[in-house]
Amino acid sequence: MELLVASAVGVLTASGVYLILRLRAFPVILGLALLSYAVNVFLFSTGRLAINAPPVLQAYGDASYSDPLPQALVLTAIVISFGMTAVLVMFALGAYLEAEDDSINMTETDETETTGKEGEA
Amino acid sequence: MTNGGSLLPIIALLPFLGALVPGLMIRAGRNACATFTAVPTIAALAMLGVLTPDVMAGEVLKAEIEWLPQLGLSASFFLDGLGLLFAFMILGVGLLITLYARFYLSGDDPMGQFYTYLLLFQGAMLGIVISDNILLLLIFWELTSLSSFLLIGYWKHLPEGRQGARMALAVTGSGGLAMIAGMLILGNIVGSYNLTDILAAGDVIRASDWYLPALILILLGAFTKSAQFPFHFWLPHAMAAPTPVSAYLHSATMVKAGVFLMARMWPALAGTDAWFYIVSITGLITMVLGALIALFKDDLKALLAFSTVSHLGLLTMLLGFGTEKAAIAAVFHIINHLTFKAALFMTAGIVDHETHTRDIKRLGGLAKFMPITALIGTVAALSMAGIPLFNGFLSKELMLEEAAHTAWYQNDWIVPALATLGALLSVAYSLRFIFHVFAGPARDDYPAHPHDPPFGMYAAPALLCVLVVAIGVLPGLAYPMVKVAAQAVTGQELNFYLKIWHGVTPALIMSIIAVVGGALLLGLHRPLARAWNAAPRPEAKAIFDALISALVRLSRGVTDGLHNGAISRYLAIFVVSTVGLVYVAFSGGTLSPPTREMLPVPPVVAVGYVLLIASALLVVLNHHNRFRALVLIGVIGLMISAGFVYLSAPDLALTQISVETVTIMLLLLALHFLPKTTPRESSVGLRLRDGVIAVAAGAGVAALAMVFLLRDFDPISDYHLANSYEGGGGTNVVNVILVDFRGYDTFGEIIVLGIAGLTIFALMEALLSGPAARRLRNTDYSRDRSRDRHPLMMVVATRAMLPIAVMVGVYIFLRGHNQPGGGFVAGLVISIALLMQYMASGFGWTQTRQRLEYHTMIGWGVLIAALTGVGAWLGGAPFLTSIYGYIKLPLIEKFGLGSAFAFDLGVFLTVLGAVMLMLYSLSRIARYAGETVNVEPMDYDPSGKRELKKPEGE
Repeated sequence: MELLVASAVGVLTASGVYLILRLRAFPVILGLALLSYAVNVFLFSTGRLAINAPPVLQAYGDASYSDPLPQALVLTAIVISFGMTAVLVMFALGAYLEAEDDSINMTETDETETTGKEGEA
Repeated sequence: MTNGGSLLPIIALLPFLGALVPGLMIRAGRNACATFTAVPTIAALAMLGVLTPDVMAGEVLKAEIEWLPQLGLSASFFLDGLGLLFAFMILGVGLLITLYARFYLSGDDPMGQFYTYLLLFQGAMLGIVISDNILLLLIFWELTSLSSFLLIGYWKHLPEGRQGARMALAVTGSGGLAMIAGMLILGNIVGSYNLTDILAAGDVIRASDWYLPALILILLGAFTKSAQFPFHFWLPHAMAAPTPVSAYLHSATMVKAGVFLMARMWPALAGTDAWFYIVSITGLITMVLGALIALFKDDLKALLAFSTVSHLGLLTMLLGFGTEKAAIAAVFHIINHLTFKAALFMTAGIVDHETHTRDIKRLGGLAKFMPITALIGTVAALSMAGIPLFNGFLSKELMLEEAAHTAWYQNDWIVPALATLGALLSVAYSLRFIFHVFAGPARDDYPAHPHDPPFGMYAAPALLCVLVVAIGVLPGLAYPMVKVAAQAVTGQELNFYLKIWHGVTPALIMSIIAVVGGALLLGLHRPLARAWNAAPRPEAKAIFDALISALVRLSRGVTDGLHNGAISRYLAIFVVSTVGLVYVAFSGGTLSPPTREMLPVPPVVAVGYVLLIASALLVVLNHHNRFRALVLIGVIGLMISAGFVYLSAPDLALTQISVETVTIMLLLLALHFLPKTTPRESSVGLRLRDGVIAVAAGAGVAALAMVFLLRDFDPISDYHLANSYEGGGGTNVVNVILVDFRGYDTFGEIIVLGIAGLTIFALMEALLSGPAARRLRNTDYSRDRSRDRHPLMMVVATRAMLPIAVMVGVYIFLRGHNQPGGGFVAGLVISIALLMQYMASGFGWTQTRQRLEYHTMIGWGVLIAALTGVGAWLGGAPFLTSIYGYIKLPLIEKFGLGSAFAFDLGVFLTVLGAVMLMLYSLSRIARYAGETVNVEPMDYDPSGKRELKKPEGE
């Protein structure tokens, strides 16, 4: 099980890193989403794996519990990464609609074009 | 007795406080400004006067204000003989300069600024000499570099001023950086950053392996500051400063800081061969070279600047000798050099001020027009030459005496010979200052008509000349000060006499040779100068400029190479360097053996795993088709949620699955306006490179996770498990952590989420008022529009599901404290329920039925959470302390109600508001893109009213 989780984190990271190195905004956003998954699962895994031991206190017997702290941290991290993705999507959308291009890299020619446009405006 | 020490921090602080005064007082006029600038200096001098008797009695005064004792940082001060001497010099000359500058600066110069810079500098200097903590000393050290930069560049309109200031800052600043490193090494050797501890641990320091690096680094700082060869070149260029600055910084204070530091560190660092050879050789070379260049300078201030370099070399050499007598000579010469050199600089300033030139070739015969100035200049210059009955003679004799007994590598004539040569050159340029400026026939081609300045301008140099003569005739006057300072340098009890006549000693003979030779040399000045000017020699400024521009080119090359506007490149650099760093950390450490057994893998989990991995890989392969990639992302999210369920994290599973839904909706909405495919533009090489980077990163993270997963350690969460019920009143520990133990974090997080929502809204507003809105209107999206956009089945289903979904949300919210659920999940669930309405019946129809503004909802959420936290104050508890109780409503199970519940309500409202605002903002864009606004719930309503059906694509 541990091997599966670790390798899943690795595959998600690798796919995420590959995608954020692409040249267009949309794959970068997808890559960031994959990286978020990887990071969240990784953080969660720092509490070690346990089966049938949710951190909900039982009234009877001494049940074992999984580590609640990473779970709490990851819970907020999931929500925050949604917020971040949303802001990025908005940026990408805005950039595309303004420039009719969703390339993320600014090359020399792009810079001069932009200044030229600003000059016109 | 020791309570005097408490005055020290006040003395150190006074100039800094005083620096505010000139800016305020300049409106009251120049005289008032100068007067009030003098006040803090006089006050500090008075306090120093109070402390003097104690220090003279051999006591060391201390004051300590602890700041971060763990890091060895404290504002501690101490005052011993050496500190006292320097403090008097800094404040005393500071006072004289304040007076002198009042008359020197013209009406066009902003005087308030000048005095502010001057006091800042004075405070920094004073801090250096009375700091007990070397870290504090370093701060003051850097402050002198900065404030002298301001002072040297005071005449901003002059390019020489700006260049000189930059050069001084570059040289002394980089030396200061070296010194920081050296001081830190020193502090590490001793285990304390307190100067008094370091000075007491000289033997430990000298025996340490790190002694030599520390020595070299500290000396770099001292040598750059005190303009020692080969760093001497900055000082003459700093002469572009107004003369009061030169007189203050470059004769009395800043350049002496290096000498001070060597004297201060003498007990800790001196006494080794390394110290002896490095310091004395550097000093001697500087002394001879500075004197030689000074002789051939035609600019009065340049002459004085190189003579200062030469005298600093003399002091450095004396300290390098490392004997007690040499230390006495050094301390005595520090006082003497201060008196005559400050007077000379001020004289040069007066000459410049009255004749409008500093070029010696255009001067001469000034004694007739400005007799008082000439007298002052002559007295000071004779002292510099080392003529008997002036104080320069006394310390020069001591220096020659020491030099006569010093041998380098068993060679016992080279040091005396070079020292005599230095003295000889010094006589020559001093006499030149007298004969080529004041003596000689009067001329009639001065650029301005020269006359003596007002009393206020020559008062300061005149006073210094009185000191020159007084000490020169009665050396006993300076004796107590020299004794106490020299004892502080050497750390020993010293017995000696200062007197004019020692009998016929080697020093006297060397002195006579120097005076006679110097006079002869001056006689030969004209042909020598011609030869000197014809001879090729390296130009320091050109070398420095070339070096600086090479550095600028290098850093520009590096910056442009790394930072070329391509985000992909930054990210690649970031990932590669992270992987590299982690690899270094990994390979350097050791790994304990695994302590945990691996859990078994049931078949259903294996299936999920394969789905997850396959989807991740397919996303990479298929990301050009954006819709397909999005679907695959959804699969990954679902598998992760399932994994959370299996691995005992129900809260995470709930959150992940609802966030997944919302994220996919968001991305779908965005994709509507973005290109549907990604063009293939990366070359094979680039893809291969990215692939390698990605695999390396993935392998690293996987290895890290694996290492982590197989080892046990003590988590802090046992505390949370134990106290969740008693302290937080809930059995769902994750939720209790969120709303109680780590409530502060959660509070911050909902604020971030709220801000993200508002940011998106603001971005959308900005976008829709810009050119993008025009483009949106003109783009035709109708071809990818479904013919039945609001299908009957979906409308009916979502309508029926709305109350159920809301009920589920409320249920999840209420039980959250004890069972999986809570504000985050409930907020997400209800936003999904509302989003379904938007999807089914369209934006316009849903919008008219919305009662609560989403912004308001975010505001209320944060406010409720904050008020809950503040409520704890009423009970006298810290922010966000929770209280709880259990109530039992009829028909409903018993449930806990506490302040955490209200806090969770705040979380719920913020999450709901933020998520809805984000999606609402995106869908508003659609209205600009020619989307028809329907007021009816569905396109085809089977309940009659056929006439309301709209034709497609209006």
